[in-house]
Amino acid sequence: MTKKIEAIIREERLTDVKEALYRIGIVGMNVFEVHGHGRQGGIALAGRTGSYRVDLLPRVQLNIILSDHNVEKTVETICAAARTGEVGDGVVFIYPVEEVIRIRSGERDRAALAYEGDIDTRRNGNGAHAASASAETRAA
Amino acid sequence: MDAINSGDTAWVMIATALVMMMTPALAFFYGGMVRKKNVLSTLNLSFITIGLISLQWVLLGYTLAFGASVDGLIGDLRFLGFAGVGAEPNADLAATIPHLAFAAYQMMFAVITPALITGAFVERIRFKTFLVFTLLWATLVYDPVAHWVWGLGGALRRLGALDFAGGTVVHITAGFSALAFAWVLGHRKWFGKAAMEPNNIPFTVLGAGLLWMGWFGFNGGSALAANGLAINALVTTNTAAAAAAIVWMFLSWRDNKPSVLGIVTGAVVGLVAITPAAGYVTPLSAILIGAVAAPISYYAMRLRLKRGLDESLDVWACHGMGGAWGALATGLFATRLVNPAGADGLFYGNPGLLVVQATAVIAVIAFAFGVTFLLARVLRRFMGLRVTSSEEEVGLDISEHGERAYA
Repeated sequence: MTKKIEAIIREERLTDVKEALYRIGIVGMNVFEVHGHGRQGGIALAGRTGSYRVDLLPRVQLNIILSDHNVEKTVETICAAARTGEVGDGVVFIYPVEEVIRIRSGERDRAALAYEGDIDTRRNGNGAHAASASAETRAA
Repeated sequence: MDAINSGDTAWVMIATALVMMMTPALAFFYGGMVRKKNVLSTLNLSFITIGLISLQWVLLGYTLAFGASVDGLIGDLRFLGFAGVGAEPNADLAATIPHLAFAAYQMMFAVITPALITGAFVERIRFKTFLVFTLLWATLVYDPVAHWVWGLGGALRRLGALDFAGGTVVHITAGFSALAFAWVLGHRKWFGKAAMEPNNIPFTVLGAGLLWMGWFGFNGGSALAANGLAINALVTTNTAAAAAAIVWMFLSWRDNKPSVLGIVTGAVVGLVAITPAAGYVTPLSAILIGAVAAPISYYAMRLRLKRGLDESLDVWACHGMGGAWGALATGLFATRLVNPAGADGLFYGNPGLLVVQATAVIAVIAFAFGVTFLLARVLRRFMGLRVTSSEEEVGLDISEHGERAYA
C-alpha cells in the first residue's frame, strides 16, 4: 500500500526537516509555500506606526509519497525536526495513494518509488552505500 | 542685462534633474506599500503625472504661477506657452540663470506635488477621473498657491511669509488636498477589516533613499545659485532627515519593533519639515525641526487610523502635518545670520514672523482643502471617483491597465 504524507511545517524548520529526512533515506519530496492558520489565528507585524495583524501566515507544505511500512519512521522524523513546542508548529496528514507511475520508465507502485540509497535499501542493511548515494542525490 | 553665471546655471540644471527623479522615486515609495494587484497602477499614478504636468506647466501653469501678479492672487498670461521664457535671465525671479532654467526647475515642483496626493486614493481611483482631477488641481490649487508664496507680488510673499523650497506650496497643499479627497472618495473595500499588506517594502526603501538624494536638489537648488546658501540648505536637509528617521525608529520600537517602513517614513517626514526652513535655519535648528516632525506625523497617522479614515498612504500625516510644522518652525528658527534676505524668527527676537507663518499656513490649508473637497465632489457627481467593487477586488493593474506586475 502506498501512502502520501502531507506535512505543514514552519518555514524556518524546513532545512532541519529536510536534513533529517535525508539522513533516514527520504530523498524525494515536493515542497510548497502555503498560507494559512490554525488555532493560532495570526500574528502582529510592525507597520509604519505600531503594528497590524496578519491572519494568514506563511508555512511550507512537504508532500512525500512512500510505502506504508515507512510511514511511522518518517512521520516521527518530521515531527522531531519540525517541533519547537510553540503554537503554530503545524500538522501532518496521511492519505492513501491509488497508484504511482514513474514517467521515464513506466514503472508502477513500489518499483516506481524505489531508488538506490532510499529508506528501504538502508533497512536491508546496506547503510554505507545508501549514505553515499543519498549524498550524491543531494549534490545533484 | 544681468550676466548668466555658469556655476549657478549648472547647479540649477542638475537640481532640476534631481527633483525630476523624485517623482519616479515617489512612485516606488508608494508602489511598495500597496497590495500586489495595484503596484503598477500606483507606480503609474506618479509616472503619468510627469507627462501631464510637464505639458500643463509649459502651456499654462508657469504663467499662472509666475506671470505678473493680478492683485496678488494669480499670475497673468504673459508667459503662456513659455512665451518670452528663454536664455535671458529674468532679473526678478533668478538673476544669474536663464529664465528657462528657472521655469524648468519650477516645473519639477509642479510635477511632484499632485503625485504626492496620489497616496490618498491608491487601489480604488478611476484612472480617467484621476487624469482630469490632476490637471484641474494643478491649475486651480497648485498654480495659485505657488503664485501667492513665490510669485512677484504674490499675496503671501508680500505679507513676508517664508517658504524656502515648498513647505506650504508643495507639502501643505498636497497633504490637505489628500485629506479632502480621501474623505470624499471613501475607504477601500475591507479597509480596517482585513490586513492590507505592503507588497514590496524594499521598493519603499529604495524610493525613500532616492527621495532623500533628490531632496538635495529640491532644497539646495532653491537657492537658485551655487553658493553658501545652497550648501546650508543641503546640510540642513540631510540633518533633519537623519534626526527624524532616528526619532521615528525609537517611536516604532516603543510600540513594537524598529520597523524599516517606519524608519524610511521618518526620513521623508524630516525632509518635508525642513523644506520651508532649509535656507533660513542653522544645521543645529534642523536637528530639532526633524526630531519634532517625527512624533507629529507619527501620532497624526495613529489618529487618522483611529478615526477610520482611509487616507491610504498618509499623505496628510507626512506632508500636510510635516509641512505645517516646518512652516511654523521657520517662524521659530529662521535667522538672518543664515540668510540676510530672510527674516528672524521667534527665537531670534521676532515673534512677528511666527504670526505671518501661521497666517500663511492657515490660508493655504483652508484653500487647498476647500477647493479639493469641492473638486472631488464635482468629479464624483459627473465622472465617478471609484472603480466598481469587482474591479477593485481584481485590482487596478488588471481592471484599469490590462497588465499585471509579476507573471
